[in-house]
Amino acid sequence: MAFGQKTRPPIYGIMAEFDEPHRLLEATERAYAEGYRRMDAYTPYPIEGLADALGKHYTRLGWIVLAGALAGCAGGFLLAYYGSAVSYPLNIGGKPFNSWQAFIPVVFECTILAAAFSAVLGMLGLNGLPQPYHPVFNVPRFALASRNRFFLCVESRDPRFDREATRKFLEDASGHEVYEVEW
Amino acid sequence: MAEQNENLMNTSRAPVIAPGHTFASVTDKISAIALTTKPPKTWWLGFLISFALTMLLLYTITNLLVTGVGIWGVNVPVGWGFDIINFVWWVGIGHAGTLISAILLLLRQQWRTSINRFAEAMTLFAVASAGLYPLLHTGRPWFDYWLMPYPNTMALWPNFRSPLVWDVFAISTYATVSLLFWFIGLIPDFATLRDRSTSRFARVVYGIVAMGWRGSAIHWHRYEMAYLLLAGLATPLVVSVHSVVSFDFAVAVIPGWHTTVFPPYFVAGAIFSGFAMVMTLAIPLRAVYGLKDFITQRHLDNMAKVMLATGLIVAYGYMMETFMAWYSGSHYEQYMIHNRMTGPYAFQYWMLILCNVAIPQLMWIRRVRENTILLWVISIIVNVGMWLERYVIIVTSLHRDFLPSSWGMYTGSNWDWSMFIGTIGLFLCLLFLFIRFLPVISIFEMRALVSETAEKGKH
Repeated sequence: MAFGQKTRPPIYGIMAEFDEPHRLLEATERAYAEGYRRMDAYTPYPIEGLADALGKHYTRLGWIVLAGALAGCAGGFLLAYYGSAVSYPLNIGGKPFNSWQAFIPVVFECTILAAAFSAVLGMLGLNGLPQPYHPVFNVPRFALASRNRFFLCVESRDPRFDREATRKFLEDASGHEVYEVEW
Repeated sequence: MAEQNENLMNTSRAPVIAPGHTFASVTDKISAIALTTKPPKTWWLGFLISFALTMLLLYTITNLLVTGVGIWGVNVPVGWGFDIINFVWWVGIGHAGTLISAILLLLRQQWRTSINRFAEAMTLFAVASAGLYPLLHTGRPWFDYWLMPYPNTMALWPNFRSPLVWDVFAISTYATVSLLFWFIGLIPDFATLRDRSTSRFARVVYGIVAMGWRGSAIHWHRYEMAYLLLAGLATPLVVSVHSVVSFDFAVAVIPGWHTTVFPPYFVAGAIFSGFAMVMTLAIPLRAVYGLKDFITQRHLDNMAKVMLATGLIVAYGYMMETFMAWYSGSHYEQYMIHNRMTGPYAFQYWMLILCNVAIPQLMWIRRVRENTILLWVISIIVNVGMWLERYVIIVTSLHRDFLPSSWGMYTGSNWDWSMFIGTIGLFLCLLFLFIRFLPVISIFEMRALVSETAEKGKH
């Protein structure tokens, strides 16, 4: 880690605490208008418009789930087709080996199964979870982010980040305390 | 919108959450149930009884494996007895959990929030109990992996045209997707428990399952998308599962089974029995844990109405069965329905009509829906009625089919009963453990509900 310690900034970022969701939302919008981009807000429940305020309007998750669903659909059909028509053709009442109508339930279930797995694993993957360590947990008050407090953290990787100016900006915006986040 | 808000604020209808709650109070109240070191005495009593019944289940299964399925009452001509009755009954119960968590989410029904978590848990444990029956009914459960399609040295494949194979796919997909849905819903609450717990052990365990969730807005954005997509996937899934279960019967040529009304009639019956079970569990739960602020009279009222509606669909199903038997002109169908109503199992049939059709009509009356104890009794009666429904469908159709020379009678043996009671024990035992260690109400969704109701109050 010697190399990382030399190049990385001295702190992870600066975090401000809020007690009302709408104040966090306003502060986030102001920070975005100021030109801050590498920041994140932390809330005890999903707040409408907050991701937009952070400049994240879009997620690829829908496409991942669609791809999973199509793969499950194709895989399910190939499974039923291969089993019934290629590997083990069984003549039942003179029905065609590739009796695709009868495969629909199996194909449908495979589609749902693969799509559900892609939704869950895709969400976790895009979010970078599981993540055993993250610097924001170094702020003792951050334990309240899962109860009733709202936080905004501007990260030191942001090109506009300045330890004094950013601190001042967040103090103005929050009206509560502001913390430096250790690595 | 304004009108809708007025309705929400209207004092004549109970609110979905009692007034005066904050983010902190809902968090502390719900997490305290899981984090306490001293569960209430009623918890211990319930847990110990259900644990003892789970031991009865293990004893029965051991005897079943040592002796064979001969200890059950099944024999020619009734080859499907308690095992399939209980399988269908349990799967059906599970369906209300998915309905509440997925379909009501898509329909934006706010009142689902405080009951969805334990309804989903109920789904999982009901499916676990259900799954035991067909797996053990194979007779040699150590070969159960043969049900799955995989390249094997016998060069065999399952018959993908068979409803029984569809069932394997449907039930295993349903169990897996329900588990994923439940787990995803729990992640933010695991994070809450991790941050609230005082013991190091609990913090580490909840921390591992929370996977480092920190409530980032960008994460929430993807999380909500994933949750919504899962709800959209679970909705057709739940309909498909009980349809496939009904195909197990409807694809057969047996009189009373071979009918197109089965899939919708089974799905409605599943929701009917599932809501009855949610009610059976929710009423004592809210009393013992003081959750009446969260599971309000409004929830019970709404659930009673859903039961009433699905109960009427089921009643329509019974009427159609009778009508189609007459209208088909088929001798065997007509005899089946005549035998069902007046034959050796007539008592079970009329009890089922009493439990599922007659008694639930009481829920039309507002005062009945407001009487918690009466609702609880009705919900148990419906559970019994739905069990009898499956008993009647399976046994009366099989015991007298086409050839009088192959007619016979069926009764469950003591081992059938001990297995059934044992799975009830397993189901309750898992539920008691769930109540003890996991948040029984979705905490983060309750916070969102607090915020929404606060917003509405301002207008």
